[in-house]
Amino acid sequence: MSKVKIDINHVSKLANLNLTKEEKEKFEKQLSSVLTYISQLNEIETEGVEPIGHITGMVNVLREDEPRPSLSQEDSLLNASKKQNGFFQVDSIFEE
Amino acid sequence: MKKLKGLTIKEASKLLEAKEISAKELVADYISRAKKLNKNLNSFLTFAENEAIDQAERIDKLRRDNQKLSPLAGIPFAAKDIFSTKGIKTTAGSKVLESYIPVYDATVVGKLFEAGACIVGKTNQDAWAHGSSGENSDFRPTKNPYDTSRVPGGSSSGSAVATAADQVIFATGTDTGGSIRLPAAFCNVVGLKPTYGRVSRYGIIAMASSLDSIGHFTKTVFDNALVLNTTAGLDEMDATTSPLKIDNYTDEIRKSPSGLKVGLPKEYFEGLNKEIKQNITKALNVLERQGVIIENVSLPHTKYGVATYYIIQPSEVSSNLARYDGIRFGYDRDNFGAEAKRRIILGTYTLSSGYYDAYYLKAMKIRRLIRQDFIKAFKKVDVIITPTSASLPFKFEEKTDDPLTMYLSDIYTTNINLAGIPSLNVPCGFIDNLPTGMQIIGPDFSEKLLYRVGHSYEQESRWFERRPNL
Repeated sequence: MSKVKIDINHVSKLANLNLTKEEKEKFEKQLSSVLTYISQLNEIETEGVEPIGHITGMVNVLREDEPRPSLSQEDSLLNASKKQNGFFQVDSIFEE
Repeated sequence: MKKLKGLTIKEASKLLEAKEISAKELVADYISRAKKLNKNLNSFLTFAENEAIDQAERIDKLRRDNQKLSPLAGIPFAAKDIFSTKGIKTTAGSKVLESYIPVYDATVVGKLFEAGACIVGKTNQDAWAHGSSGENSDFRPTKNPYDTSRVPGGSSSGSAVATAADQVIFATGTDTGGSIRLPAAFCNVVGLKPTYGRVSRYGIIAMASSLDSIGHFTKTVFDNALVLNTTAGLDEMDATTSPLKIDNYTDEIRKSPSGLKVGLPKEYFEGLNKEIKQNITKALNVLERQGVIIENVSLPHTKYGVATYYIIQPSEVSSNLARYDGIRFGYDRDNFGAEAKRRIILGTYTLSSGYYDAYYLKAMKIRRLIRQDFIKAFKKVDVIITPTSASLPFKFEEKTDDPLTMYLSDIYTTNINLAGIPSLNVPCGFIDNLPTGMQIIGPDFSEKLLYRVGHSYEQESRWFERRPNL
């Protein structure tokens, strides 16, 4: 089985995780062994095999698009760490 | 005072109906034992004493008014802490949700409340259901009641232990790759992973959405069927639930399994631990005496299951855990534990640009091949029986250094989730005072058949009577 390596800096940025140097080294090593284990799947010929969608085969589950009772504004904000005037408050993302 | 310890749902329900005990007495007795044992076992993260007693009083009043009640009315139960419970803290075993209080109930929780079941509390688990031992709980590890130096299995650790240790009479769990069946096997209880889409996932914190199956733990097979009678069914809040009519799962449970064909997949028995093999063989002998016909079958893609699972599951985990940003609920992403971070990284990698086809798409094709193996086998046999675990309950910290070794704990269970089919863990005896289990696997929506086979074996073997010494 061939060794596979993750670009941990790139992937942790995509995943929005701040990892310490120790975590990066540890995960890189551990996940490399998991990915090497996974690479055994290359042995299997999957040409022409239909990938699984819904496992028991349900398709196009639709309902009428009608308004219905939902969570109140108060309930929706109940677990927010910061809120203001009935809104979620977030840190600014643009610089002035 | 009546002896209330060790009751099944069936027995407790009978006592309640005959008004020999009140729901309040029963629930109070279980709460006090649950709290006392928790100091040693860590099976609960939160107790819901007030909610349980209020519900019990309500049930007692309805009973006095001679209302017709469900067999679950007044029965003390626990929910894995991944089930949303309105007004009761729900952490998924993670520090990210350490102070999260849901504003609605999961569909299953709502159905159990409606049936009159009384919630004793929320049970400990591997954080986000990531794990096979309970050691990934961000709070503390749950202990096996049969040997507290050993793991109870995971991820639904606390629910299996609470059922085994008589802290509740039944408990809910989730099974994405074995998280109900493995702890059930390690704790000598009955655990069901239903067909995907048979029980609603709504309000249950998502792990891997194409695999998550919602089930429960009980002492006996009959009790397990009773609970499924309440939890199964179509839910318009979960579009993946099946519109197929639900069975009455207790109906025909006593019917003899005589004439049924049981398949043994050779891939699951090659190289199996001798003693575990011996227990399974004894169990099969019991079933043979009851008239089942044993046949050999083959599931050729078996060995690729864990590898396939460790693409699909972390991919879906990375997507589901992306919502935890610390803005609408919970704390920020720095609070994820090591295992959640590992799976987010792995899944983000396998879904990232240029890799999707090689990993996720390829895995979803192999998943089709694994499912086809089972479909083909079920043309020959009615059910398949395998061990639930290749090993006995292991010691704490035995597998924590190497994630791959831990992942391989689920080698006998993941393929069932990949195939979407149902499987029932039934206790099948002890080795050195440690429990073992076998799983009875069937085609889509065959839960009723699994219960019939399991019940027949259990009535003769009666392993559920061997309770832990606590």
